Amino acid sequence: MNYIEHIGKYFLMLGQVFKKPEKWKVFREMLFREIEDLGLKSLGIIMFISFFIGGVVAIQTALNVDSPFIPKYLIGFATKRSMILEFGPTFTSIILAGKVGSYIASSIGTMRVTEQIDALEVMGVNSLNYLVLPKVIAALFFYPLLVLIAMFLGIYGGWTAGILTDLFYSADYIDGLQLEFNPYYIKYALVKTVVFAFAIATVPAYHGYYVKGGSLEVGRASTQAVVWTSVTIITLNYFLTQMLLS
Amino acid sequence: MIEVKGLHKSFGEAHILKGVTANFEKGKINMIIGQSGSGKTVFLKSLLGLYTPEEGTIAFDGRIYSELSIKEKRNLRKEIGMLFQGSALFDSLTVEENIMFPLKMFTNQTEKEMLHRVNEVLDRVKLPGSNLKFPAELSGGMQKRVGIARAIVMNPKYLFCDEPNSGLDPKTATVIDNLIQEITHEFNITTVVNSHDMNSVMEIGENIMFLKDGSKAWEGSNNEVFITDNEAIVDFVYSSNLFKKVRESYLKS
Repeated sequence: MNYIEHIGKYFLMLGQVFKKPEKWKVFREMLFREIEDLGLKSLGIIMFISFFIGGVVAIQTALNVDSPFIPKYLIGFATKRSMILEFGPTFTSIILAGKVGSYIASSIGTMRVTEQIDALEVMGVNSLNYLVLPKVIAALFFYPLLVLIAMFLGIYGGWTAGILTDLFYSADYIDGLQLEFNPYYIKYALVKTVVFAFAIATVPAYHGYYVKGGSLEVGRASTQAVVWTSVTIITLNYFLTQMLLS
Repeated sequence: MIEVKGLHKSFGEAHILKGVTANFEKGKINMIIGQSGSGKTVFLKSLLGLYTPEEGTIAFDGRIYSELSIKEKRNLRKEIGMLFQGSALFDSLTVEENIMFPLKMFTNQTEKEMLHRVNEVLDRVKLPGSNLKFPAELSGGMQKRVGIARAIVMNPKYLFCDEPNSGLDPKTATVIDNLIQEITHEFNITTVVNSHDMNSVMEIGENIMFLKDGSKAWEGSNNEVFITDNEAIVDFVYSSNLFKKVRESYLKS
């Protein structure tokens, strides 16, 4: 099957996903379960990684600006900008593509090869709507929150790194954070996150839902899902940046 | 009653079903038998609407499936119960949640009413008290019984079973066979069973259809299997020495 066919099939899948749920009560239950599985269970790893990434950005910036003509507050400024514009939304999404993407593809793929999806269809349940829509909604609403937490912790991680290493003063770093704060950048980051969240929920779902074969193929689909979700995020990142910032 | 006329189904170059015509009667166990690769599963999945045939019609009590609207198809599917080869229980849900699933999805029953119905069908399949177990904690035979319980919880008009005895020991297989037989007669359901378990075919098969290379090669009852001269079915059913001897002694007597 060529790429065009895959893209066509993906959009046809979305057509089935975005239908009215059979029963709102069941949908609500699924949504809360997905918020826990896709969102809350990712909180720890996102907090850990973003804190250290912020630290690394601050240390690297500090080590590279050793000229006396460059003010020290630039370290805080650069860390803030990096975390808000790129590391927060894109890096977090790439991590989620790996963690959540493989979970979505393998769980749906296993349901496919063990005929659980057939069982849903035979009962008269729209399996795509039942399985994928709660994941999409959970990701769209929860991931912007995760990214905001990642931004905050990244900036905090930068400050902590400076204090621990004595590479810069706290006051300089805070000055940098307050310098030229543009709320539009937060909006830009959140718009990117929402688009990435959609890809994180739907691309792996596509790979899992249409898997054929057994456990080996489910494993392959899971890997493919992570690769293609990452490719989609990186590509979309380029176009969104061009559209929203230039 | 399910009427199938001239069903054709292909996958790419492979022509799997070649104009199969069959009638499956109400209140009877209708069995589809045939070698692996003869098209049994494709036929069953076409009946269930999981595959769309290129040609032919399937009518459920006069309602031609391909002519129904999406909503009508969904409603028809609510009248269908299905027991899958691997049971296809939702492994993240308990036995109770598995059986309750169709009730939650398609009825407005209260939690108490649903629980009452779940316990009723669990009693029917002789698994009382296993409500809170997960499918992984059950044996193959118990999983099949939960599969049957889930299939009958909505009081279906049509019951489909794909290889209900595969992977089961003879004693458990007989329990499952008896259960399918009792449920079919008790609730007057149109039951279609896909099987290559000859013991099961001889025991409960009231109307048997033999598929060979995607075509119907023979049709009859379990008693007729003993006396038929049809080469294809004789060759298939009596491929083991034991069955050959059983047939010879039956014919002699």
